[in-house]
Amino acid sequence: MQDLAGIDVQRLRISRPIPYRQVAASALLLAFLAFVAHAFWVGAIEWHYVSDYLFSAPILKGVRGTIVMTVCAMVIGIVLGTAVAMMRMSANPALRWAATGYIWLFRGIPALLQLLLWFNLALIFPTISLFGFFPVNTVDVMTPFVAALLGLGIQQGAYTAEVVRSGILSVDRGQMEAAQSIGMTRLRAMLTIVLPQAMRVIVPPIGNETIGMVKLTSLASVIQYSEVLRTVGDVYYANSRVIELLIVAGIWYMVIVTVLSIGQSYIEKYFSKGWGRAADVPKALSDGPAAMGAA
Amino acid sequence: MSPILQAVHVQKYYGAFQALKDVSLSVDRGEVVCIIGPSGSGKSTLLRCASQLESIDGGVIAVDGEIAGFRRSGDTLVPLSDGQTARQRQNVGMVFQRFNLFPHRSVLENLLEGPVRVQKRPAEDCRREAMALLERVGLTAKAASYPNELSGGQQQRVAIARALAMRPKIILFDEPTSALDPELVGEVLSVMKELAKSGMTMVVVTHEIAFCREVADRVVFMDGGAIIATGSPEDMIVRPQNPRVASFISAVL
Ligand SMILES: Nc1ncnc2c1ncn2[C@@H]1O[C@H](COP(=O)(O)OP(=O)(O)OP(=O)(O)O)[C@@H](O)[C@H]1O
Ligand SMILES: [Mg+2]
Repeated sequence: MQDLAGIDVQRLRISRPIPYRQVAASALLLAFLAFVAHAFWVGAIEWHYVSDYLFSAPILKGVRGTIVMTVCAMVIGIVLGTAVAMMRMSANPALRWAATGYIWLFRGIPALLQLLLWFNLALIFPTISLFGFFPVNTVDVMTPFVAALLGLGIQQGAYTAEVVRSGILSVDRGQMEAAQSIGMTRLRAMLTIVLPQAMRVIVPPIGNETIGMVKLTSLASVIQYSEVLRTVGDVYYANSRVIELLIVAGIWYMVIVTVLSIGQSYIEKYFSKGWGRAADVPKALSDGPAAMGAA
Repeated sequence: MSPILQAVHVQKYYGAFQALKDVSLSVDRGEVVCIIGPSGSGKSTLLRCASQLESIDGGVIAVDGEIAGFRRSGDTLVPLSDGQTARQRQNVGMVFQRFNLFPHRSVLENLLEGPVRVQKRPAEDCRREAMALLERVGLTAKAASYPNELSGGQQQRVAIARALAMRPKIILFDEPTSALDPELVGEVLSVMKELAKSGMTMVVVTHEIAFCREVADRVVFMDGGAIIATGSPEDMIVRPQNPRVASFISAVL
């Protein structure tokens, strides 16, 4: 052990050794990226096709189809999921069983299979009607859009239900009781007090599911719904530029997902209202009961 | 004049376990009743039944002469709908051990939620009244804060103001100071003392024996789901007559 007394501490300097491992890892990463970029560059990819088609009318139509389907299916999924989550936590056993059965069924069947079932509904029900009223031909109603919407929305509802339920469970029971004690009905307390707090827990996984849905809509191409993968396919069947057009589709998926991720962080910020770090507020600043006067 | 709160032969079961055994209690207008007793004796259960957070299995509870939770039709009691029960709850304020403020609402919004959104009273009047209540509990400066930014004592004072904002006929307190650091207990108790002086009808479950002695008009001792003894603070705390009360008092003092 050295004795500090014999050292001129003022002269000591801390050395900063070069972080070789970090440099090496960075170099490897750069080399890998360069390799991939080079491969794409020398590969038989005609990049001008990518830029030509990126904003072409049929592709943009497909992009719109993807966005519309994602939004509509998620709206159905969230509304349905919230209702089913509340049913699953209801005091009424019939509602609980119905909710459990729904989740069991629609989580169990692959999404692609559900789309095909909805799309081919006419095979078993040639006409559909409301208890005998307003009969319509199933083939007229079950367009690719409707079939995809039902298939994706309903199965999304089954997943969302579990997300919403875990969110509701994360809120302290006392919140419901306090809301009831100021005269709210259970439903109103659920909607205005419990669910807004549950959102903190619900939003991140729903964001995840929404991003999943963007990509899941590509399944709808199988039933002729024109989303981006299908319109891209239509083009490359005509001009054989398969990879170029698939790259176009990939770029659009990345754009949509990036925008959604940014939107999610704003939504999370909104629902974190009131959850700022309590520790930041010094207790000493509390104005004591002095205002009460000597009691 | 009829009592504000009247419980008559109330029975409450959790499964096979009887949490309230034939409990009868009557609280007059302006009266402050403190309930004491060992843990698990049914004190919280009695308050929760009175505020209709729990349903009862026998007997009757009435608030200001109106049967709680039921409509009488001849000799049968027909349960009220959720909406009607919610309307009745507006008359009974509740202050919880763990405050239960709404964390996503500011202090002022916590106070306005009931009167404006549930009772649909004019927003401007409610706001003025809420600010007056905040002044009364010494928290005017915190109107725009969120509950998580307040100390426990401040949160409980807001919770009391929130209950008052509903203009209830009675306020029930379930161990309002038990979740507080010792140095914060005093500020909540002094708000409650002021409230008692102002003529509010209150039922307070508490372990603060000194508070009972100073503020209560009547002290109720519960044990094993039943009311064992009731009397003035003098008879219950200073010179307990009942041996079980006496041993409880000597244990907690
Ligand atoms: N939801 C419930 N389910 C089953 N048993 C319950 C429930 N709530 C209360 N009990 C039981 O009822 C009895 C009375 O409980 P209560 O909470 O009223 O006691 P307390 O007097 O408030 O006690 P403490 O001073 O500890 O708060 C206890 O034995 C408790 O275990
Ligand atoms: Mg209790």
